[in-house]
Amino acid sequence: MQALWHQIFSGIATGGIYASVALALVMIYQATHHVNFAQGEMATFSTYIALALIEAGFPYWLAFLATIIVSFAIGVIIERVLMRPMAEAPVLASVGVFIGLLLIFNSVTGWIFSYSVKAFPSPFPETSQFLGGWASPHEVGATLVTLVVLVLVYGFFRFTKLGLAMRAAAYNPVSSRLVGIRVGWMLALGWGLAAAIGAIAGMMVAPIVFLDPSMMSGILLYAFAGALLGGIDNPLGAVIGGFAVGVIENLAGAYVVGPELKLTLALVIIIAVLIFKPAGIFGRVIVSRV
Amino acid sequence: MARKSLALALLILALALLPPWLLSSYRLFQLTMVVVYAIAILGLDMLTGYTGQISLGHGAFYAAGAYTAAILMASFDVPYWATLPVAAVICFGFGFAFGFPALRLGGLYLALATFGLAIAVPQLLKLKLFEDWTGGVQGIVISKPDPPFGLALSQDQWLYLFTLAVGVLLFLIARNLLRGRIGLAMRAVRDRPVAAEAMGVDIAMLKTRTFALSAMYTGIAGALGAIAVQFVAPDSFSVFVSITLFVGLVVGGVTSLLGAVLGAIFIVFVPNLADQISKAAPGAIYGVILIGFLMLLPAGVASLARRALAPRRAMTNQGETR
Repeated sequence: MQALWHQIFSGIATGGIYASVALALVMIYQATHHVNFAQGEMATFSTYIALALIEAGFPYWLAFLATIIVSFAIGVIIERVLMRPMAEAPVLASVGVFIGLLLIFNSVTGWIFSYSVKAFPSPFPETSQFLGGWASPHEVGATLVTLVVLVLVYGFFRFTKLGLAMRAAAYNPVSSRLVGIRVGWMLALGWGLAAAIGAIAGMMVAPIVFLDPSMMSGILLYAFAGALLGGIDNPLGAVIGGFAVGVIENLAGAYVVGPELKLTLALVIIIAVLIFKPAGIFGRVIVSRV
Repeated sequence: MARKSLALALLILALALLPPWLLSSYRLFQLTMVVVYAIAILGLDMLTGYTGQISLGHGAFYAAGAYTAAILMASFDVPYWATLPVAAVICFGFGFAFGFPALRLGGLYLALATFGLAIAVPQLLKLKLFEDWTGGVQGIVISKPDPPFGLALSQDQWLYLFTLAVGVLLFLIARNLLRGRIGLAMRAVRDRPVAAEAMGVDIAMLKTRTFALSAMYTGIAGALGAIAVQFVAPDSFSVFVSITLFVGLVVGGVTSLLGAVLGAIFIVFVPNLADQISKAAPGAIYGVILIGFLMLLPAGVASLARRALAPRRAMTNQGETR
């Protein structure tokens, strides 16, 4: 029983990471109707920036904050410089640009910071008796950070004027422009926020899986699965889906399929969701005339 | 138009017949891979270009074809040329089985599902269950075929000519298919599904069959690729194979047979070029070149040739085949 609870708790902790990345994916999807395949690599790059700052002597939380700001700026710049000119291009070309970004980030990360695997510090204490030892302090801390981010994002979209403007710009760009919302900047802001959330996810997962330039590629797949499971147009659904995928992955990895097939499990989840409930559990069913 | 593209096709074929007598065997190997990738991209183009379904997982079918060829040659002593029809049938079936559920989803969802397939491939190939056949992590080494009938050719020359012949055959079949009733139905499904259904096209069946056909082409390419490389291993079929094929398709230009060839040239030679420019971060150079191409020519390199061949019909021939 002890082992089962331990598996569930660490499932929730890794699920929190998937939830953050899923949240970042959903944010960009809502703003642009694109799925950013470079999200994981961008998050890894941000995590390396954080590591560089910490190694340069910054205290952890200051480095954390600085990384979020830098990542936000990178997201905004990418939207302005690369995605803006592609706004009118065919979908295929923009997916191609995402893939180009993925290659660039992966390669630049390896070039600047080397391909060797590095340890990343955790801001939380090494050991404690908290929760009866079922979950490590880092797992609990990472889950809490994810929840805080979720609440902040929810509050931002629900209660601030800027959040409302962003939702309006995504929902109906033409009318939003007519009431004075700068739709282009709202998209850039969406990219910035997604990059910042991805950075947080990267910094939370790095102490668990260790840091290397391809750290996020598997995580991105689970995040996709989580986002789909919850519904790709629903931020709360994506977060719940992310947690669910984390728990399913851990339990199935421990008791059913073994660690070798964990990635395949994500594929099975994706396909099962797509077949049985394509809108996801919390997503809106879009009815289209066919 | 038709005569011009026939002339262009003959010119390309004539140029393609020269290299065996001019180039070193390494360059010849690269050109063999160009033909291999051109076939794979052509398969992807049928699905993505003509029928409008994005797949980021065609590396899985490429891997299936490659492993079929390698296992047949290594474990069952099947001659190399006889592995191609088997790979074709297996990949057709695989494509049909995967496409049937996946194609009920539109656009981006299909891209995600196939992307998942691509990421899962190396793990599936490493499974202990199939290790007797697949060789597990080690992979399978196969030997290069000798030229038949005592022809005075080197192995590389023969392999290039063999691959080229298969490629020309597959391109001719694809051209006839895409120009005829089925090709029209594919484009109708892509552009106006409602109208296509009203005209009696069974959309679900057409999409699934296209997916299977597309998987078959990519699978044949995989088998040829395995014979040319003489080695298959799980880690050479990572998600990057799928991404590479997709990049070739987009850069070359969709709905164009010429585009498949141009895209294949891009994915074989640009990584080498990137390597020469910067040893430290070739991936970054490759990415920059890729994004540059897409920004300058969002419709692909083939759109240049299309414009040159038909200057006055620039706006209407988006779905033109050649």
